[in-house]
Amino acid sequence: MNELALAIPWLGKRNPAAARGVVILLAFAAPLIAMLFGKTWVRILDFAMLYVMLAIGLNLVVGFAGLLDLGYIAFYAVGAYTFAFLASPQFELHLPFWLVLPLGAGCAALAGIILGLPTLRLRGDYLAIVTLGFGEIVRIFLNNLNQPINITNGPQGINMIDPLVLFGWDVSKPLKIGEEITVNSLFQYYYIFLAFVALSVVLVQRLQVSRVGRAWAAIRDDELAAKAIGINTRNMKLLAFSLGATFGGVSGGLFAAFQGFVSPESFSLMESIAVLTMIVFGGMGNLAGVIVGALALTALPEVLRYVAIPVQQALFDKVILDPEVLRMLLLSLAMIFMMLLRPAGLIPAYSRYSRPELVVGKEAGK
Amino acid sequence: METLLQQTVNGLVVGSVYALVALGYTMVYGILGLINFAHGDVLMVGALVALEAIRLIQTYAPELGLVPTLLGGLAASVLVCMVLGYTIERTAYRRLRNAPRLAPLITAIGVSFLLQTIAMIIWGRNYHTFPQLVSTTPLEPVAGVFITPVQIAILVVSALLMVALMLLVNKTRLGRAMRATAENHKVASLMGVDTNKIIAATFIIGSALAAVAGVMFSSNYGIAHYAMGFMPGLKAFTAAVLGGIGNLGGAMLGGLVLGLVESIGAGYIEDMSFGFLNSSYQDIFAFMILGIVLIFRPTGLLGERVADRA
Repeated sequence: MNELALAIPWLGKRNPAAARGVVILLAFAAPLIAMLFGKTWVRILDFAMLYVMLAIGLNLVVGFAGLLDLGYIAFYAVGAYTFAFLASPQFELHLPFWLVLPLGAGCAALAGIILGLPTLRLRGDYLAIVTLGFGEIVRIFLNNLNQPINITNGPQGINMIDPLVLFGWDVSKPLKIGEEITVNSLFQYYYIFLAFVALSVVLVQRLQVSRVGRAWAAIRDDELAAKAIGINTRNMKLLAFSLGATFGGVSGGLFAAFQGFVSPESFSLMESIAVLTMIVFGGMGNLAGVIVGALALTALPEVLRYVAIPVQQALFDKVILDPEVLRMLLLSLAMIFMMLLRPAGLIPAYSRYSRPELVVGKEAGK
Repeated sequence: METLLQQTVNGLVVGSVYALVALGYTMVYGILGLINFAHGDVLMVGALVALEAIRLIQTYAPELGLVPTLLGGLAASVLVCMVLGYTIERTAYRRLRNAPRLAPLITAIGVSFLLQTIAMIIWGRNYHTFPQLVSTTPLEPVAGVFITPVQIAILVVSALLMVALMLLVNKTRLGRAMRATAENHKVASLMGVDTNKIIAATFIIGSALAAVAGVMFSSNYGIAHYAMGFMPGLKAFTAAVLGGIGNLGGAMLGGLVLGLVESIGAGYIEDMSFGFLNSSYQDIFAFMILGIVLIFRPTGLLGERVADRA
């Protein structure tokens, strides 16, 4: 639970209990606060939760096990498309949510193993390029598998995906509590996503301090030494890869259900890089940091969108930097300057379990 | 048979562009052990700067002939890219030279996206038509094979550049210093080599080659846009790995082999997969080759470096 407190470092160090309370309170109140600024912000918050899950998953691979994965979004795509195939008019299948989501997660994990088996002997930069290639291959297939047999519907993507329905409770419809209160579906989604995030946090935290987590840390810090003390490095790396992929898959499934629509465009390299930037920005190997990073880098571009556009209009009478450009600019600058100035991230990892200076690799340049 | 010959010619042309870019990757990797992720985007900048320069020349000095115009554009793009290469090395990589190994890789990715974003701001999201100063209409077919003047130009120029680079690296003082630095930084600097300068020079030379490759690429396909550097960059990296990263001859060989495999593969993929896949899957070949090489022969065709070491 210490990780939660760390999300607010200045309070967390002095009074962990209070910090924890504040974090939990904030998590529950967030959509209500967002609602003050309009419904769009609640929607952004929902997306932020999905990114948090992605960041937690990628952190498992990059931050804990030290394997740089640049094609992480492919697993997100696998999860989303599995959901879309099994719960949409595409194949006239409408399987229930509690069956489809685990299936999507399973497929993503399998994809992780398939990618991991041949490539995990490689290290560092090579692995990065191969995973990047894998991400691109997945996207190329999604884009082109609409002929000769239409499987993915090509660049148009798949529409009208079933929303989340949990035992008769349709999340996409406003929920009525008593006579007075109706809860908007965006809120319902938020709390469901929050539950998933909370579950992931608990799971990953337990993992980090477990035998497996320590094995990952050992591999990350010095693979040869890890091997020498009897860690099965191959299996451990595979485990990291497939577990990380599972998080991606779950997140992808939720994304498909939430958005009701998937297309290859959502799974570009830029998204992989965005998730990577989130964990670099927040603090690799540190759960609290990663979550803060994901929230900050999802919210910041949106804030810029609402601030920078009117400012530009006022100054130059036209929009020079549109929101998408601003987002790319922000992400790339964040990546460069974080590495140059504060390589351990916003909230550096807890030294008991991970040493940030080692997270990023060990050997100094030649 | 004619398809095969035709695709071989096309493959050689594309392959020599890949080879030029691959040289940049392999030189930087040989010296710093870093994958210069932004290298493909330097190619993009090269193409777009050339485009801009040619447009300017055509507006203000329309009486210049085709060849001087093209040379002017080329010179501008090479100059800009040299400065760009130096700036990237100086600001983004030099400070991280002794940092953990993933750190410079992450900044490299950042620089790559930064360049794309800046290009997007300057040139917009649209595809630009690249002026066809060297004709792209095929000449009389020889043995049923069509070849265009621009393709011939690409083959000749890249061959010349490769020979020049080989001479530079193997015969000159600078080349010797580069080889020494690649071998061992510390010892090289003890021998009086200013390694910082040598590393900067490597980036500058690599970027100049990328600029030329960018102009060739755009002249051949007739387009230029802000994200055009990504695929050739990735493929050139594959070529460098295929040939044995850190090895100049390897990069050239790798580029040509990759170009050939890709274009011959694209010609036959439909038959090979019984009509299931078509030529829009062309890009997959590079990744497949990359995967296969890294798994079965991580040292590449000619290289001695082990994937694990570098």
